[in-house]
Amino acid sequence: MIPELGHFSLVLALVLALVQAVVPMVGASRNRFALMAVGRPAAQGQFFFILVSYVCLTWAFIQSDFSVQLAASNSHSATPLMYKITGVWGNHEGSLLLWAMSLSLWTVAVTVFSSHLPEAFVARVLGVLGWVSVGFLSFLLVTSNPFDRILPGAGEGRDLNPLLQDPGMIIHPPLLYMGYVGFSVAFAFAIAALLSGRMDAAWARWSRPWTTVAWVFLTAGIAVGSGWAYYELGWGGWWFWDPVENASFMPWLLGTALMHSLAVTEKRGAFRSWTVLLAISAFSLSLLGTFIVRSGVITSVHAFATDPKRGLFILALLVIVIGVSLLLYAWRAPRLGGGGSFSFVSRETALLGNNVLLSVASASVLLGTTYPLFLDALGMGKISVGPPYFEAVFIPLMTPVVVLMMFGPFLRWKDDDLVAAVRKVAPTFIASAVIGLGTAYAVDHVTWRTVLGLALAAWVVLASVQLLAVRITDRAGAGLGARLRSITASWWGMWLAHLGVGVFIIGVTLVGSLNTNLDVKMRDGQRAELAGYSFTFRGVQDADGPNYDAARATIDVRRGELAIATLTPEKRLYRAQGMPMTEASIDIGPFRDVYVSLGEEIEDGTWIVSIYYKPFISWIWLGCTLMALGGVFAVADRRYRRLAVRETTLSTQQRTA
Amino acid sequence: MKAKFLVPLLLFFGLAGFLAFGLTLNPREVPSPLIDKPAPNFKLARIDDPASTFALEEMRGQVWLLNVWASWCVACRQEHPLLVRMARQKLVPVVGLNYKEVRGDGALNVRGMALEAETALAVERARGWLSDHGDPYVLSVLDVDGRVGIDFGVYGVPETFLIDAEGRIRYKHIGPITPDSLQQVIMPKVEELRRAG
Repeated sequence: MIPELGHFSLVLALVLALVQAVVPMVGASRNRFALMAVGRPAAQGQFFFILVSYVCLTWAFIQSDFSVQLAASNSHSATPLMYKITGVWGNHEGSLLLWAMSLSLWTVAVTVFSSHLPEAFVARVLGVLGWVSVGFLSFLLVTSNPFDRILPGAGEGRDLNPLLQDPGMIIHPPLLYMGYVGFSVAFAFAIAALLSGRMDAAWARWSRPWTTVAWVFLTAGIAVGSGWAYYELGWGGWWFWDPVENASFMPWLLGTALMHSLAVTEKRGAFRSWTVLLAISAFSLSLLGTFIVRSGVITSVHAFATDPKRGLFILALLVIVIGVSLLLYAWRAPRLGGGGSFSFVSRETALLGNNVLLSVASASVLLGTTYPLFLDALGMGKISVGPPYFEAVFIPLMTPVVVLMMFGPFLRWKDDDLVAAVRKVAPTFIASAVIGLGTAYAVDHVTWRTVLGLALAAWVVLASVQLLAVRITDRAGAGLGARLRSITASWWGMWLAHLGVGVFIIGVTLVGSLNTNLDVKMRDGQRAELAGYSFTFRGVQDADGPNYDAARATIDVRRGELAIATLTPEKRLYRAQGMPMTEASIDIGPFRDVYVSLGEEIEDGTWIVSIYYKPFISWIWLGCTLMALGGVFAVADRRYRRLAVRETTLSTQQRTA
Repeated sequence: MKAKFLVPLLLFFGLAGFLAFGLTLNPREVPSPLIDKPAPNFKLARIDDPASTFALEEMRGQVWLLNVWASWCVACRQEHPLLVRMARQKLVPVVGLNYKEVRGDGALNVRGMALEAETALAVERARGWLSDHGDPYVLSVLDVDGRVGIDFGVYGVPETFLIDAEGRIRYKHIGPITPDSLQQVIMPKVEELRRAG
């Protein structure tokens, strides 16, 4: 009964999505307020029904109702409760429902935080979001109904894929989806702007916080996913250039470009059509990612069970959403007009340069991801594109991005003096180059990548310090505290996020050049040495969990006489699927991780043990955290709230007048 | 409408065209390195009579299927009725390779269990399962430690190998056999090999 209730709610949600897609749009084009006003309640009602539907599905998982096909294939009566709940999104149908729910949550957020926007604009935005929702809800109902029953029900479920039975599963997909789907709001704003022909600084100001919040979610989601891969896959890598990782990385790159482009459009009115195109493309790449993951066109470790009917449906959806948007763009964008002019040496140029580079980077990831498909389609054989391609493309593209990223904030808007600006940063630039060469000289395995990475990181950190110093000394007069307080939250956001990039580069560079590892056979009492640490094997015990059997090794880690940690890597066998898993054990430190994973038992009591020494790897995630935090600061800026209040009072006055 | 604003649309249509074509391809169809190679030879104990063995050569001269199964495998249960129906219709002889009957079952702890005890338990479990669900196999052999499975590159149960009269692997089906895959892929290949042989 409950699954049917969920199914029915989903149908109701689709009906409301249709209402939300059609009525406010009609209202906006005929200027009828009563019709426009339908948008908000329809969106909120739609969210309510999707939520009911989602809760019903979760209930089937919690209750181990194995007459529901999805629960039977992705849950088991012995699965821990947490993984019963998260198992809902560990499959195609459930994750699509989560997708639809995030879209609807974002839409509700728009209805709540849009009181200061013109009614007609909100109506169009809600209409666009409604259409996207119609597409996804019908995709769910037509090809991927999560409530399908099997009669008679299965006696026992097949359990959730053991790879997904991990705390990472609890937060990674929701964060990632909130990020992916969040770009739908910027997209809807852009389409609404194209429809109304109104695209000015106010439009950019409204779009900015939405884009930033989505970007923060996406940053956090990608970072969590990479951390999860690091400790769960058991061989210490943190990024694999897997098609599905790329699918989240492409919107991230374009989202980053979009955030910066919006800044220019807001401040200077420039780059309008470019900003709109970025908003459309960022969301299009989110959709494309969904297609890649679910259609089976490209192989990946993440792929869901695939079905050509689904692939066709989502491709049609893609063609309609993206095709119509780009057509609208081609038709309307030429009329948007340029913004304020700027000279070659200006902050606009720096931002434009980086936007172009980020877009090219995104396109090159797209090319690398789809290249196997192109070749296969042209009958030129099956290949796979691996990390060497991406690294070869990325380093030359990202190096100028990082250089410009720190140079741009020193430039004035509109026009600046190149010689003066260069003179300002030249000492920092030279110091960075010296630091890069010097540090690389101090460590072994010097490659040009290490030198480049360290120099770039030094450049980011030193230029950040200099930027802060300039910012403080500019406001001469008041005390230091007052000067610091006068800096806006959005400036701090920019500063932190850029600094985060520097921290990230330090992590990537050092772990890439100083990382060492060792695979050894170990039995009770044996010792191994790596990077100044000694590892003593203390035998293996049984450590069975609710739905798996496990062998857990105990390994003492010492450095000289100092006991550092006791690590307990596990080898698990999940009963329902008979699938073995390694659980690495990591001693995390600020300057290095010591990572141990347990391999096969080769004879009685002797195990293969993989030991990794990973210097500075946590800096990768520290950098991502700083970037995300920067986004949070930017959104928290007072001017959004202040303007919101002012505009509300203004519109109330107009209405009462 | 200025032409340059149409560029994104055209690029997208190009990509969409490739994606549409991609839907007709199957990237997972990675050719198994064993296809058209002689099947790895083995000699294993029979389930019906563990004292005697069965070797791959004994099927020489016939086109047959080697079906990898285990009693703990849920998907095997799904394909089993189809195998039983195939046996009743005498479509093609199927030999069962019982794969890691005991140590593959996560619910059992085999650490410290002697190989003889494990084999005895495997025989008992496999026989029990065949008598419960029907025995569609010409005969089944025991791959207690999964070594033969490794030779065949088995990475999931069930898998089915089509082997020709000369003992070469001609096709590998991953996952449960469905009526569609049987009628549209496996049987046509069987017929073709029979005609060729």
